[in-house]
Formats: sequence, C-alpha cells, structure tokens
Amino acid sequence: MKNKEPLILAVVIFFTLVTYYLVEPYAHHVMHKHVESEHFAYADLPAITKTGNAENGKELVTNAGCTGCHSIDVAGMPAPMDAVMAAQSYGVNPPDLSNVGVILDAKFLADLIKNPAHALNVEHKFDVSKGQMHPMVPFYGMGGDIDQEIADMVAYLQSIAISPDEVTPAMAFENACGRCHAVGYEKWTQIGTKPAFKHEKDGLAFDIKVMEYQDSLKAYMGKLPPDLSMYIRSRNEHFISTLVENPQNHLAGTAMPRVGVTAESMDKIIEHMENAGDTKRHEREAIGKNVMIYIVIFAIFALLWKKQVWRDLH
Amino acid sequence: MAHFTKATSVKDWLDQRLAVNKLEKVMMSEYWIPKNINFLWAMGMVLVITFVLLVVSGIFLLMYYVPTTAEAFNSVNYTIMREVDFGWLWRHVHGVAASVVFLIIYIHMFTGIYYGSYKKGRELIWISGMLLFITFSAEAFSGYMLPWGQMSYWAGMVITNLFSGGSLHADGLVEWIRGDYVPAQAFLGRFFMLHVLLLPLAIMGLIGLHFGALRIPHVNNQDGEEIDFDKESKKYLDGDKAGSKVMRFANDFMSKDMMVVGIFLIFFFYLVFYNYGFAMDPVNFDPADGLKTPTHIYPEWYFLWSYEILRPFNIDLGLVLFGFAQVIFVLLPFLDRSPNTCAANRRGKAFSIWFWLMLVNMIVLTAMGKLPPEGIFSTIGLVAAIVFVVQWLALPIITSMEKKV
Ligand code: HEC
Ligand code: HEC
Ligand code: HEM
Repeated sequence: MKNKEPLILAVVIFFTLVTYYLVEPYAHHVMHKHVESEHFAYADLPAITKTGNAENGKELVTNAGCTGCHSIDVAGMPAPMDAVMAAQSYGVNPPDLSNVGVILDAKFLADLIKNPAHALNVEHKFDVSKGQMHPMVPFYGMGGDIDQEIADMVAYLQSIAISPDEVTPAMAFENACGRCHAVGYEKWTQIGTKPAFKHEKDGLAFDIKVMEYQDSLKAYMGKLPPDLSMYIRSRNEHFISTLVENPQNHLAGTAMPRVGVTAESMDKIIEHMENAGDTKRHEREAIGKNVMIYIVIFAIFALLWKKQVWRDLH
Repeated sequence: MAHFTKATSVKDWLDQRLAVNKLEKVMMSEYWIPKNINFLWAMGMVLVITFVLLVVSGIFLLMYYVPTTAEAFNSVNYTIMREVDFGWLWRHVHGVAASVVFLIIYIHMFTGIYYGSYKKGRELIWISGMLLFITFSAEAFSGYMLPWGQMSYWAGMVITNLFSGGSLHADGLVEWIRGDYVPAQAFLGRFFMLHVLLLPLAIMGLIGLHFGALRIPHVNNQDGEEIDFDKESKKYLDGDKAGSKVMRFANDFMSKDMMVVGIFLIFFFYLVFYNYGFAMDPVNFDPADGLKTPTHIYPEWYFLWSYEILRPFNIDLGLVLFGFAQVIFVLLPFLDRSPNTCAANRRGKAFSIWFWLMLVNMIVLTAMGKLPPEGIFSTIGLVAAIVFVVQWLALPIITSMEKKV
C-alpha cells in the first residue's frame, strides 16, 4: 500500500494554517485600525527658514520667560518650583530643557514655542477663542523678527544638549513621556525615580507627593495616563510609535499630546519600554537558538531509533 | 502470606513485590498495536508530553505566583517575567503549551471521528476523551483568570454571566460562582484552587480512565479492520515480526511516538521562542480594570467555535444551542448509527461530506467567533451555527441509511 502519511500531514498543516491565519493576522487586521508611520517627518509643521544663532538664543530663552516655568539644569537654571507645585499650577510639570534640543524635532520645537497647542496637537482642548489657554504660554516675539528669534532659541537648545549617541533609552523616555507616564517596573514615577528609602516614613511621604502630582495631572488630562510598564507587550512597537507620532490618529480626541520626538528618540523610547516589559528578550533569543539546536538533534536521534526498531517489522 | 525468595536483582526484588514484569508486559511490551496506523496515532503521546510540560512549567510558576487581586498581575509580569531566573521561559512554555494542547486535541478528536475510532467497543475511549476535553477547557479557562489582566477579568465576567441562564435571571447562581457580585478576590481564589489542584487531579484521573478504556478494545487502525490480537501477537512472539499484523507498544510503536514527539517539539519550541503572541493575548498585559471594558472581548481561539454558536442568537436560544454544542460530541458514538468502522471517505458520500463539512464549518465558526459581529461576519456566523446544529440533527438519519461497505 502506498504511504499516505505525507498527504495526511499536508492536510493537517493546511487546516492548521488556515485557522491560524483567520484568527490571528486576519482578525487583527479587521479589528485594529492600521495607521501608517509618517517617519516622524511632521510634514504639517512649517520648516525653519532662518539660521539660528545660539548666543542670541541663550538670552532670548531667559528673556522670553521659558525659565519662569522650566529648569535648564545644564545652564545652572533651577526649576522655579518643585514638581508637585508645578503640576498644581500647570497641570503637569514643565520638563527640564537641557536635552530637548536633541530629543525633540527642531521643526516641532519651533512650532511649539510659537503655538504650543498647535504643535502638541491639542487644539481641540485648548481653543483660544473660547478662552481655553494652554498652560504653556506662546512666545509673542521680543520685537525683532519672530521667526529669527525662534530659530535662535532652537539653536541654543540644540547647542546645550548632549550629542545624540549619549542619549540613553531611559533619558529619552523620561524627557518625552516621564512627566505623564509612570513605569512602575523601572521605579519611575511622574516626579522622578523613586529612591530606596531607609525609613518607611520617607517612602510613604514620597508616595504621597506622587499621588498629589497625579491628582493635578488627572485634572489636567481628564484621566491618569497609564503606567507603561507592560505596554510593549499589550500594544506593539508599531502601535506605540505611530501613537506617539500623532496620538489623534489612534485615539481621536485624546488628551495625550504629540510630543514631537525625533525618529532616533522614538527608537530609544521603545528600547526603554522593552527594558521594562520585555526585559529578557536577548536571553530569549540566545536560549531559543540553543534549545532549537538541541531539539533538532533529539528529533534526529528519535528518527534513527525508529528506523532501527522498524527494520524488523516490515 | 505469599512466599518470597532472595532476590537475584533489583528488578526481581521489585517483581516479587510489585509484579513489575507482568506490569511491563500488560502496559508496554505486550500491549499490541496494529501496524496499519499512521502518525496521527501518535497524537495521544504528543498530548501526554504536552500535559507533562504543562504540569512541570506550572509547578515552577506556582512557586512565585500570588493569588490575590492586588498582587497577581505583578507577580506574573514583574516577579516571574523579570526577577526569577528563567521565569519568562516557564511562563512562555506554559502559555504556549496551553494553546497548542488544544490544537493537538482537535487533531486527535478529528482523527477519531475520521477513522470511526469511537465505535464497536471503543465508546468509552471516546467518552473519556470528551470528558478530558471538557476538563481541559475548564483548566484553560481557570488558568486564564490567574494573571488578572484585562482579558482575565472581562472573559471571567462574560463567561460566568452565562450561568444566569438568560431569561431565567439566575443571578444568584452567578454570584454563587463568583463568590461576589463581580469577579474579585473570592473569584480569583477559587479559580486558582481549581486550576492548580482540583482540575489537574481530575485530568490525571481521566487520563487513567482513557488509557484503561483503550486496553481491551486496542487502538483502531486505518481500515477499521478487526484484528485477532491473540493470533497475531503469537505470530510476532514466534519470531514472524514482519508477517504479523501487530507490533509491541514498546519499543516498536513507542519509537515512532518519539519520532513524532521530536518533530512536534521542534514546532513547539519554535512557537515558545519566536511566535508566542497567539497564545498570550496582548490585551491581557493590561492589568484588570473593572471600569474599562476592552473594545473587543473574545475567548482564546480554542473556545471560539462554541462562542460563535452562542453569539448570533438571542440570549435564550443562544444558551440552549451553546449547551447543545458542549455535550453533543460526547454522544457521537450513539448518534452514529452506521455499521461501518472505517475511514470517513470510504463510508459513502453522505458521511464523507458530513465529516469534511463539520471540519470546515468549525473553522469558519472559529474565525467568526473572533471577528467583530458586524455585517457579513454576523451573517456567516449565523449560517455556520445553523449548519452545525443541522449537521448533528442529521447525523443519525444519514448514518442509518449508510450501506455496509
Ligand atoms: C502630557 C501628558 C502625556 C505625555 C507627555 C505622554 N502621554 Fe501618553 N498618554 C497620556 C494620556 C492622557 C493618555 C491616555 C489617553 C487616552 O486614553 O485617551 C496616554 C496614553 C498613552 C498610551 C496608551 C494608549 C492606549 O492605547 O490606550 C501609550 C502607549 C502612551 N500614552 C505612550 C506615550 C509615550 C511613549 C510617550 C512619550 C513619547 C507619551 N505617551 C507621552 C498623556 C501623555
Ligand atoms: C507658563 C509656563 C511655561 C512657559 C513660560 C514655557 N513653558 Fe514650555 N511647557 C510648559 C508646560 C506646562 C509644558 C507641558 C505641556 C504638556 O505636556 O501638556 C511645557 C512643555 C514644553 C516642552 C516639551 C514639549 C514636549 O513635546 O515634550 C518644551 C520643549 C518646552 N515647553 C519649551 C519651552 C520653551 C522653549 C519656552 C520658552 C519660549 C517655554 N517652554 C515656555 C510651560 C511653560
Ligand atoms: C489531553 C487529553 C488526552 C490524552 C493525554 C489522550 C491520550 C490518548 C492516547 C495516548 C491514545 C492512544 C494513542 C492514539 O491513538 O493516539 C488515545 C487514543 C484515543 N483518544 Fe485520546 N487523549 C486525550 C484526549 C482525547 C479527546 C479529547 C478525545 C476525543 C473525544 C480522545 C479520543 C480518543 C480516541 C477515540 C482514541 C482511540 C484512537 C483509536 O482507537 O484509534 N482523546 N488518547
């Protein structure tokens, strides 16, 4: 009788793959809206036409009042108030500006300075005609050519920032997302990394500050932004980066702003989220390879054993 | 008292006390298997191995899992996935095995249906098999509650709600099952107990019964041929190994079992390391939140076909048909009235169509169970659910008209 096993195997594999295709790729394709990446081009924002002068920018940043709300640690300018107080005033703690020049896109920074609600893509929440002002006041110009002034400020922010390859994944995340999102598995809270306290009392005092901050943030955002510890597994890389690129594409009307990161910063942010929620991925790949080799050898021996045992049976 | 002699070897010592030689013959070397079978008959062994993988990985997970609503999610996603050495490996093995075991169960079931292995003395094998299917389903469901993610919570909510019986409004029963108005600590605690103790015990007992039920009828073969096992095994033992229609279970068929297991494990570990997403739903990596209903609530893939039989109808009819779908497979040996025990394709057109339609239709139901019930999908789902029911109602009729082949 002819051997039917290859045919049977083909039938089993065929039905298995059809089922897999229908319940996995196809069903997800139907259930989830597909958003194409825009490669962090921010095509809707005007290009910077002027060449900035960092020297002038330095003065402008102080005179324009940026440091009235933001700290610039590298320039020795401390935050006017602590995070909890700042959140009570603005809803969220204005981030330190030391490295925004490298983490955020230049075009985005320029537009942000001129019109925060527009750059952040939250004009649906902050409509000036209805008296809803964004907590970050727009820069109205210091009397000169406003576009030149803005280009100068951007040049200054870029000049004080560290070089791109010095930006660590944690730094990118904390700068761009950390004022809103906690990452409990990395001990990150919206007011900074939670230190290991010797006394329980101090730990609780810290927790209370976090809660106070979160209360202000909740009032500002309408809801508490989620802890992102496991989001690399609950969403996927493509979803997260297209969400960050423009939150409105995924969650129309959401309060989460477009933060304007560069493509390189996004890679680092993803890496940070993988460090939090998919910590063992390198180990998984390394061990996976070894296990596969071992199992193939096992299967070969099993096959040889079967051949040997069955020799006498025919 | 029995007479004991000085043992000549460890085996002899054991033999005098436990009859290990007899045991080995009954269960291994003189448990006769027909030669006329293919690799599908190794699926039982693949299931045994997968069950062992589940038990072993489960024991490791159990050492760090904390069954409280406050800690469950973090004990799995932080402690086990990040802190414990190889915790992630045990979790992925457990999750993937839980999903793959159902794929193999379905292949095993359809093999049984195709070759008529539930007939003529093999009814109890089939029934114990279906009891295994049902306990495995309960085991998988209870396990799915444990990480206390969004899908745990909401699938738990939806499935326990079914026990209100639609218009019967048996809300008291639902609360009794949950131990609370909503899934909470009492719910998690009891599903934890079921998952790690009661159901695994039941499964082990049922596997024993399943094997016991196999011993006297022996396994079927590709042609449903009735083999004279005494005659054929004598031939084998007299040295005509090649001429006999049977072989020993060990090592003869077991060597093939192991070959299939080897190939299966390549597939299995490929999934564990490189393609585990299908078995560990992303939504369940969001912690349970009773105030936030996920956009799509669906069960794991292996429950989708029966879920889709529930969904297209109004709640009362849906529940009745859902109940029907759960038990109807158990009755297969009695609904099939045909005198033939052989491959479905050889039993005549009617049953052949019945078999392949059942297979394809269950895949259709599975797909529709996951897709959102809108537009064309809900129509297809409705038709497929009706076809499923009609097929079972028609089975006794078409099989009693079947000619003896
Ligand atoms: C100004 C505050 C703010 C900043 C900064 C911010 N987010 Fe958000 N984020 C939110 C809010 C609010 C939500 C909840 C959105 C909703 O549900 O509408 C959210 C939701 C999310 C979600 C979940 C979306 C979903 O599917 O429910 C992800 C992922 C996310 N943010 C990632 C990021 C990342 C990555 C960054 C940094 C690049 C970031 N966010 C920066 C406020 C912020
Ligand atoms: C009145 C207070 C205030 C002033 C003045 C102010 N900012 Fe801000 N800034 C904020 C707040 C609040 C946020 C956070 C907004 C949010 O996340 O919704 C912010 C955010 C930013 C961000 C981060 C945007 C992102 O996408 O992550 C940058 C960069 C920034 N400001 C730069 C500046 C510069 C440059 C100036 C001076 C021209 C300035 N800010 C003046 C309050 C202020
Ligand atoms: C995890 C659970 C199960 C285990 C461990 C298991 C194990 C086995 C083993 C080892 C065999 C003998 C070898 C073979 O024919 O594959 C077998 C046979 C069989 N099983 Fe299962 N089984 C399980 C579930 C089921 C289910 C769900 C069914 C379907 C109702 C089923 C129906 C059968 C039948 C009909 C046979 C006889 C096959 C024949 O005679 O050709 N089993 N099972």
